[in-house]
Amino acid sequence: MNSELTLDQPLAPRKTRLQQFWNLLKQNRLAVLGFIIFILFFCTALIGVVLTSGQDPVFDPSLVRLQEKLLPPLSKPNLETLRPDEVPVFGVYLFGTDDLGRDAFSRMLQGAWVSLTVGFVAVGISVLVGILLGGIAGYFGQNHICLDHILMVFLLCLGAALLVIGFIPFGITLVALSLAYIFYYTAARKKPGTRRVPTWLSVLHKKALSIDTLIMRIVDIMLCFPSFFLILTVVALLPASIYNIMIVIGLTSWMGTTRFVRAEFLSLREQDFVTAARALGVNNFRIIFRHMMPNAIGPVLVSATIGIATAILTEAGLSFLGFGVPPPHATWGNILSDGKRFIFDAPWLTFIPGFAILIVVLSFNLFGEGLRDILNPKLRERY
Amino acid sequence: MVSFIGRSIIQKIITLFFVSIVSFLIIHLAPGKPSQVDPLNPKFTPEMVERFRKEFHLDEPLHVQYLLFYRDLFTGKTASWKDNQPVLKKIWERFLNSLPLFVVGTILTWTLSFPVGIRSALSRGGFYDRSTTFFSYLLISIPGFFFAYILIIFVVNSFHIPVIGMETFGIGDPGWGRWAMDRVWHLLLPSVLGATGGIAVLSRYVRSQMLEVESQDYVRTARAKGLPPEVVHYKHALRNALLPFVTMFGLILPGLIGGSVIIESIFSWPGMGRMAYEAILARDYPVILTVNFVSAVLVLVGTFISDLLYMVVDPRIRL
Repeated sequence: MNSELTLDQPLAPRKTRLQQFWNLLKQNRLAVLGFIIFILFFCTALIGVVLTSGQDPVFDPSLVRLQEKLLPPLSKPNLETLRPDEVPVFGVYLFGTDDLGRDAFSRMLQGAWVSLTVGFVAVGISVLVGILLGGIAGYFGQNHICLDHILMVFLLCLGAALLVIGFIPFGITLVALSLAYIFYYTAARKKPGTRRVPTWLSVLHKKALSIDTLIMRIVDIMLCFPSFFLILTVVALLPASIYNIMIVIGLTSWMGTTRFVRAEFLSLREQDFVTAARALGVNNFRIIFRHMMPNAIGPVLVSATIGIATAILTEAGLSFLGFGVPPPHATWGNILSDGKRFIFDAPWLTFIPGFAILIVVLSFNLFGEGLRDILNPKLRERY
Repeated sequence: MVSFIGRSIIQKIITLFFVSIVSFLIIHLAPGKPSQVDPLNPKFTPEMVERFRKEFHLDEPLHVQYLLFYRDLFTGKTASWKDNQPVLKKIWERFLNSLPLFVVGTILTWTLSFPVGIRSALSRGGFYDRSTTFFSYLLISIPGFFFAYILIIFVVNSFHIPVIGMETFGIGDPGWGRWAMDRVWHLLLPSVLGATGGIAVLSRYVRSQMLEVESQDYVRTARAKGLPPEVVHYKHALRNALLPFVTMFGLILPGLIGGSVIIESIFSWPGMGRMAYEAILARDYPVILTVNFVSAVLVLVGTFISDLLYMVVDPRIRL
């Protein structure tokens, strides 16, 4: 009948993904609030790092004015005792000053960047590791690792260790032997028809354990460590630097992501569209990243958003205990930790960073929970 | 059942073995030596350092150190490097101090979060639900140390009660009643603080479990039969919603060591978390490793118990 006619015309007002996303987000007012605060915090941190770094920053977070110490917020500086370049930018101490007369507002600006980067880099690392290991466990998990693989990796490690210790000839022999075996093995694998291994080695070519088992046991091992205590130990032993904290927080929090990426992949690889893609001859790499990953990314995004909140809290806790970023640099945690000695004389030094951390972490949590609802396909409208 | 228990015990022992290796490597491969903690101390002559290294087997190769350490641990001979006390005895004393905090905190968590969670699930979308949702996010997001200071200021200013430490310093020998009240006041704040995060998370979890069960067919059937709402909610729905929480009894075990470091150091509470923190500061490797090992054992025992409980409680599960 007139099916051709209706096919040409749009059946319903179509919306792009982004519009749909926004419509769903609007219904959850707390999530919108979280999103707005998140954007504001992002901009503040970016502007903050520009304004507080460099040779002659606009807001100098490390400028000491001993005569101006412990002034309450919004107090005017005493212009007679200050040099012109020591006067704060707006002619007023917005958040007051600390025990060394440093401007708390500039220090908070500087600290915002630390919180932001710690959150994003740590979560970036944990999501990367989590997706990689979870994806391998879910997609290639049924493949087995054979005894000879383990043996060769063990020999390689032993050889490398011997090289480091000083047994050079023996170490070189071991490394060369295992490398030769690995090359031979991969080369033999590419040529079909040839025997993969000589007969005397095929005794070792027994299936030992599946990749899935291996990765999940590693996750179990990591879950046995009490996480905050582990982070504390490693951070205390390593030299104090912001990058160490990011890496350590990232490397101790990937287990959850791995678990649900694996679960997601295990169910996705049995779906028809993956079978179809494989039947078309699409290679594994493309199947994983074009076909399966977009379907598995929802829960990862949610847990990443909440993970950022957790990472910011962890960093603040570490700074509070005195580990972490070395002193002249300000973070919200160490502003609070320094301020707690003056909690009755200068409560603003405790309350301003405390509420800042609270609001930022809260916004990430609310936005993450809103995201969980939005990405839930049951709520999305279909067309 | 028996084969499941056997298999999981073997698996857990293997996991524990790898945990012991990894924690040993983390501690020993990190830069910095324990003998260099205080290089300016004039008592630390090179001969002393040498004797110290010999005493604690630090001059042996790494794998020998590993074997020696765990042999000492299992025979109970491991001694702290700081004061030469047996580590297990030290941990036990601190454990007894931490135990009241843990017990009170757990009781608070479990008694408060269930009513809150159930009620907010029953009044879904209502004012109570929305306000408890917001409050639980607030409690999850607030940094523990900041909340601790707010509470300390509030309690000290309005009740004039000392709260730092396990008991008031120099309290002497008051009557039995005053001593007990003093202990209770000192116990209250840290355990409330320890419980806040737990209450927030657990009540959200109770709410979502309850909502899930309430949308099941058998609940609709029960309602359609004309049963009064209390019977539907508390007999048909709640009993099934409680299933996953039985298993969580096993998972609270590791909380004995875990997240109490910050709270115990704010309140100068001589518990396990604080001991671990001090051991890290002093690079007291035996104490750090033993605490790590004990907590790994607790985690594994906890998951084992929760698996067993699940099997007992839920007849659908046959492992």
